[in-house]
Amino acid sequence: MSPLLKSILSPEFGFAILRVMTPLLFPALGVAISSLSGATNIGLEGIMTVAACAGVLVSAFTHSLILSLAAGLAAGIGLAALLGYFHLKLKADIILAAIALNMFAAGISIVFLFLFTGDKGSTSSLKSQLFPAVQIPLLHSVPVLGPILSGHNVLTYGALVSVFLYWLITFKTPLGLRIRAVGQNPDAAQSVGINVNRTRMYALLLSGFFGALGGLYLCMGYLSWFARNITAGRGFIAIAAATLGGNMPLGTFLSSLLFGAVNALANYLAPLKVPSEFIQMIPYLATAVALAIYAAQAMRKRRGKIKERVPGGSS
Amino acid sequence: MEKFVLKYFNLIRTIIAILIGLVISVFLIYVVSKDPTFSLKQFLLGPLLSRGRFSNMIETTSPILFCGLAIAVAFQARQFNVGAEGSLYLGAAVGTAFAVSTRMPAFLHIPLVLLVAAAVGAAWNFIPGVLKAKLKASELVSSLMLNYVAYFLGLYLINFHFRDKKAGYLVSLQLPATAWLQQFIPNTRIHWGIVLSLVFAVLVYFFLYHSTTGYEVRMTGFNEKFARFGGIRVSRVVILSQVILGLIAGIGGMTEVMGIHHRFNWQDFPGPGYGWDGVIVAIIGRNHPLLIIAASFFLAYMRVGGQVLTLMSDVPAEMVTVIQSMIILLITAEAFLSRWRYSITVREAAR
Repeated sequence: MSPLLKSILSPEFGFAILRVMTPLLFPALGVAISSLSGATNIGLEGIMTVAACAGVLVSAFTHSLILSLAAGLAAGIGLAALLGYFHLKLKADIILAAIALNMFAAGISIVFLFLFTGDKGSTSSLKSQLFPAVQIPLLHSVPVLGPILSGHNVLTYGALVSVFLYWLITFKTPLGLRIRAVGQNPDAAQSVGINVNRTRMYALLLSGFFGALGGLYLCMGYLSWFARNITAGRGFIAIAAATLGGNMPLGTFLSSLLFGAVNALANYLAPLKVPSEFIQMIPYLATAVALAIYAAQAMRKRRGKIKERVPGGSS
Repeated sequence: MEKFVLKYFNLIRTIIAILIGLVISVFLIYVVSKDPTFSLKQFLLGPLLSRGRFSNMIETTSPILFCGLAIAVAFQARQFNVGAEGSLYLGAAVGTAFAVSTRMPAFLHIPLVLLVAAAVGAAWNFIPGVLKAKLKASELVSSLMLNYVAYFLGLYLINFHFRDKKAGYLVSLQLPATAWLQQFIPNTRIHWGIVLSLVFAVLVYFFLYHSTTGYEVRMTGFNEKFARFGGIRVSRVVILSQVILGLIAGIGGMTEVMGIHHRFNWQDFPGPGYGWDGVIVAIIGRNHPLLIIAASFFLAYMRVGGQVLTLMSDVPAEMVTVIQSMIILLITAEAFLSRWRYSITVREAAR
């Protein structure tokens, strides 16, 4: 067996998939819940950036994980609230507003970095706390499964719990029902007394919450510093992951897992004698291809449905 | 006065948004800087006071303007394709490869190199166009992903096949002089690419507002269903607008290589960022080619101001990013100042 294949079939690779998946799954859930409400948030890239920056800076100066968690969440949710305010109250196009906020996040995080460290590149000089890794007592000693599932960062488990949380919110709470109703037909929802804007605002705040956790994990678990462009398009890959998953909890989880696997594979291919550019390209290319395949299938399904239906029924 | 406000409301709104952005920047500089008066002066007047910086500003305008025009064509058709960056990057990379491996007289070389870059740029954004038109795949996501793919493809092409091993850093081989766009004002780097970008602004203006296809583009953006009902082949417009985006961006990237450094030297992840600047100026200029000229100039002014800040003061250039994002947020906010407009309209009507 070739060494590459051997390392891919090892439990460490399974572990790596979950590790790499985490900073994709969080923002994907964020995109999913906002899409469900009909106001797709493409600003997760920015939300992750500000949350990560706030978390790392607060952690470096206070040495408190709780405070940096709070700061990261506040920053991420704050940015989502700003998006909500501009889109819902000031009627800005949500795509353009989110693009602006992504830029804002990139800029403001570097300004803060500079203010506190005098360095415009990264905080690698600052010592950031890390969220701890957790060994799961019984599972830990099970062969194969143990090394894959145990010993992850607490936020990786947080991401898995978030999938459940997302399911719980959307399908088991009145807010979730309202979010889905508003997303499917805002006028109908309004006519039965649902406040469309407020519901979308809640969905956006939740997307900020998930995105912030993703940013925090990225810089205080996956890595231990913050730097320019640290999210490297994960917030955008998340849009594709949520789309592929139909914005549903399980689907979003599975597509994030798929992209996580592709990313992990790219990391494992690095020692090969393939130009690194091609390997670094893989996650983005895979996302584009997956999106195209998904769209093709959705299109076929739609065509099928139209044929079955009586003419006049819209898809 | 009130009639004037109503007539030019959008322009006035844009100017107010820019003024608010500048006020925020003054505030930020006062917070960040130890010597705010000096920093502020550097930021606002720095780009204007020296010949070198002023010409820097003109040079910076060119790629921004190209990308702004590119984005505007797609945005007019309401295609949220942000792939100008990818087309610019890959177009310039392949164009550079072509330029360094061919020898011919300048009058042939320059147009051919530009043509190659344009073709590559156009082909690259044909992909999100087709995916959107045929499969309804989000052009936003696919163009975003393809931006990254283009970056790595271009980087591979330059670093593995056309790298100048004698240069002390990662750059392409130098373009033969026959493929240079001449710098025509002494002691500056102002080159013919700037003139070309202005020509393109006029061309795009005539295309959008005085041609049938341009009308179809705008109509598709205005109301897709209505356009389809009126006999416009919407999927063709969807693809075409994104191909034109790629074409213009590809030329924009190439002129930058041919005019300024004569080498391909964009190594930083994820690309030089002109594509995103294009999105900014398209929004500020409300997708109108002639207004985008002014917007590009304004953004270049801010950029050079930011560079001056970094060099001369203790304020980071990223402050400019913060300000420009606030400006475009205010400009895209339809309801911003709408109450003011409403009250004027009511007063006018009551008269």
